[in-house]
Amino acid sequence: MKKDIILAGVGGQGILSIATVIGSAALEQGLYLKQAEVHGMSQRGGDVQSNLRLGTEPIYSDLIPKGGADLVVSLEPMEALRYLPYLSKEGWIITNTTPLVNIPDYPAMETVLAELEKFPHVVALDVDAIAKDLGSPRGANMVLLGAMASVLHILEPEKLREGIRRIFARKGDAVVESNIKAFDAGLAYSQKQ
Amino acid sequence: MADKNLLLGDEALALGALHAGLSGVFAYPGTPSTEITEYIQLHPLARERNVHRDWSCNEKTAMEGALGMSYAGKRALVCFKHVGLNVCADPFMGSAMTGANGGLVIASCDDPSMHSSQNEQDSRFYGAFAMMPVFEPSSQQETYEMAREAFDYSERRGIPVLLRLTTRMAHSRAVVESAPDIREQNQLHYPANPRQWVTLPVNARVRNRQLIKDYAAFEADAVSSRFNFLKEGPDKSLGIIACGIAYNYLMENFPDGCPYPVLKVSQYPFPRELAKNLSGMTKTLLVLEEGQPLVEERMKGVFPTGITVHGRLDETVPRDGELTPDAVRAALGLPALPAYSASQVVAPRPPALCQGCGHRDFFTALNNVLKDYEGARVFGDIGCYTLGWMPPFHSLHTCVEMGASVTMAIGSACSGTFPAVAVIGDSTFTHSGMTGLLDAVNGKADVTVCISDNLTTGMTGGQDSAGTGRLEAICEGLGVEPEHIRTIVPLPRNYPDMEKVIREEIEYHGVSVIISRRECIQTLKRHAKK
Repeated sequence: MKKDIILAGVGGQGILSIATVIGSAALEQGLYLKQAEVHGMSQRGGDVQSNLRLGTEPIYSDLIPKGGADLVVSLEPMEALRYLPYLSKEGWIITNTTPLVNIPDYPAMETVLAELEKFPHVVALDVDAIAKDLGSPRGANMVLLGAMASVLHILEPEKLREGIRRIFARKGDAVVESNIKAFDAGLAYSQKQ
Repeated sequence: MADKNLLLGDEALALGALHAGLSGVFAYPGTPSTEITEYIQLHPLARERNVHRDWSCNEKTAMEGALGMSYAGKRALVCFKHVGLNVCADPFMGSAMTGANGGLVIASCDDPSMHSSQNEQDSRFYGAFAMMPVFEPSSQQETYEMAREAFDYSERRGIPVLLRLTTRMAHSRAVVESAPDIREQNQLHYPANPRQWVTLPVNARVRNRQLIKDYAAFEADAVSSRFNFLKEGPDKSLGIIACGIAYNYLMENFPDGCPYPVLKVSQYPFPRELAKNLSGMTKTLLVLEEGQPLVEERMKGVFPTGITVHGRLDETVPRDGELTPDAVRAALGLPALPAYSASQVVAPRPPALCQGCGHRDFFTALNNVLKDYEGARVFGDIGCYTLGWMPPFHSLHTCVEMGASVTMAIGSACSGTFPAVAVIGDSTFTHSGMTGLLDAVNGKADVTVCISDNLTTGMTGGQDSAGTGRLEAICEGLGVEPEHIRTIVPLPRNYPDMEKVIREEIEYHGVSVIISRRECIQTLKRHAKK
């Protein structure tokens, strides 16, 4: 089995924190993994993505081919649409609905949401609002991780929770617990859909 | 017991070097190479062994420092981005002439597709140019192993090794299994052949002939290297040469194994004998290589007539840009996977200066002054502030390479440009701007040099900047008149003061330096958390 994931967002949103948790869980499970990141100039408020590939067999390419991604997971709705050419026809889009507007010609929100609705497998949720309601506004990324967990399959949700515990352990129990709560809220949302 | 870690290619290289008994890393930050040095700086083994790991002022001082360590018999690593190899080309070429005593590995990270760079130059050409072996790993695991082996090879053959990564290898993570043995560091010992280290013509001529002979031996090593291999395939209608990371994109397209014979190359000089064996199997060759068509160009005309070579030159593979699994798929004549077309809703989101960044306020004030000077030209430089060319600022007219702002302003001022303004960051100034400023002083040039000082090397993520706290003293030491070294604090409430200072120094017809100083907001946030 293999899962090809494109993590998307805007430089500074912290898509790599999602990749770090998945990476830790994958390493623990003995899965093969390749994860291409963006460093340098593009990080300054531009569009960023990470190609994350998990598999039970060795993986060659660091990059996902067009039409090959099982999931496009995005912290920003327009950024989810940017990677459509990479999404497999059976693939899932898991995206935050809160826009990050730092350009003058950002499209109208209704247009972005209408475009997303055209695709067969979409989970769109306001991860910022959910995290805020839980009292942990910094847990938005973990809400999104939870939302993708129900369609990830190659790693069970409990393995991802263990990953969260390992990654955040040095920040104390309170931080671990609030991130687990955020993860569970995202997972519950996507399972209801 | 072998250890498994999830490492970037950069980190795998760093760990391999540490495990090979490294005594020093010498580097200037540059994407995609920065994380090699940062990994060593934070590694407990480096602390325990007191490995030299301070940033150097520029790639030339880094290369020379490493060469000095190699002379003293210890193992040294030099790291930079591809264009850094231009900055240190002189000591780099020289190091092939001196040879290596302690293992010397030069890691140059190329950036095809120019994600964060001004050109696509391929470092492998420098290897052939200097007659130096080049290692080009195809995976993170191989990067770890080749880094270790490069130091052994360097000592065995008495030659520095150029280790080439590209962006996708440098900045992609995979599981790396490290070897259990960690080699001791070398003891101080000097070269057995001291004449070779004094490159007077009388010695250099002797050495050059030796190097030419050695280069043939390096090629024989490449033929027998475990990193290069020729793999048979049942379908002889095509033979493929896949270099470094290109091997991955090839194999990605054949999950059940490649049907064609393949020559995988990760160690140079290019092993011509293996290529001849491959060409004996087929009439058509496809060369897949990341970067420029180095191997492909060398293949043309080497074989008997009747063998066709395809690659970047005939655009079977795109002539520029980094390789992708899709580009390789098309080159192999395989159909693309079914995919959605690009969404028309998506707007481009280019990088921009951070909100609250001091460069922003500096450009705003500069623009306010320069709108009164029709002939103004602003010579930019390399760093975050190059984004001052973008909207809404449109402040810069040029950006070429590290330090060019100061010297191009001099040349343009001599030609009648007024005002000729240079904009350079603090780290770029100490990298390559200081010597230009001395030229300006000596020539009494009518230039206004603006150092936008954010107290760090910002674009690469906030590394130490060599001149922090001493920029005024440096400018004064170079001979700029103290009353024309002005400091401003770039904040919206200071615009009137800033504009007054900028205007006064433009109106002064000599060398002025304006230091616009406020800490990078990214490092400020990080410091606040601590």
